[in-house]
Amino acid sequence: MKEMSRIVKTVTNFVYGFIVIFGFYIIAHGHLTPGGGFQGGAVVGSAFALLLVSYGSLNSGKFLKKDIFSLFENFGLILFIVLGFSGLGITFFYNFLANSGGWFGDAAVIGVNPGDMNTGGVIPLMNIAVGLEVLSAFGVIVLTMASGAEFTKKKERS
Amino acid sequence: MKKIIFGIAFIIFFSFLIVSAINMRTFGEPTFSEMDDYFIENAQSETGANNVVTSIVFDYRGFDTLGEATVLFTAVVGIVALFRGVKK
Repeated sequence: MKEMSRIVKTVTNFVYGFIVIFGFYIIAHGHLTPGGGFQGGAVVGSAFALLLVSYGSLNSGKFLKKDIFSLFENFGLILFIVLGFSGLGITFFYNFLANSGGWFGDAAVIGVNPGDMNTGGVIPLMNIAVGLEVLSAFGVIVLTMASGAEFTKKKERS
Repeated sequence: MKKIIFGIAFIIFFSFLIVSAINMRTFGEPTFSEMDDYFIENAQSETGANNVVTSIVFDYRGFDTLGEATVLFTAVVGIVALFRGVKK
């Protein structure tokens, strides 16, 4: 994949950080506002796809590393399963941090209110785990398919 | 002959569809609503999250979300296995 024109690269430099920050906002506020791990991870993954398309697969290999993405993906899934198992004293996937006073343990105000960040028990941690898994899954898929397309083009030319 | 049989069968099934569409319950009055009422009443005090949808997806139905995450992981493993012979 060749890199695109100077206009596209300039706009990408301007927009890229905003897309990534918006995605991480959706992941971190999953227990208060609409959205969650899957949706925010998809937004961050679309930012990686934008970087790959505008800079080309050869240049963007400096910024996006496939090994780091696969490491993060395994870490996210293992963190999710560990959080599910750690409530096993009562049931599988028990919310053991909610209303306990510790991490994310404050009780929520009942009724319609904007909400507090420090509530939700184990739900924000699970959101972060799933978001990490989904964004790195998108990165791995996009990078692998781009290198496959490059390989196929080289084979056809020779 | 074949067209006539298919036409008669289509008319019969379509009339069933229209009858069931006429007999549908009005919007906003589901048949069984005990579980919905329980979630709306107790989700905020039990899980502490303001977003009831997230509290269902990640707390009450957490096992389903584990399956979804595993499906995505399996898709990534399949794609990496498909392109395994490709060198940079």
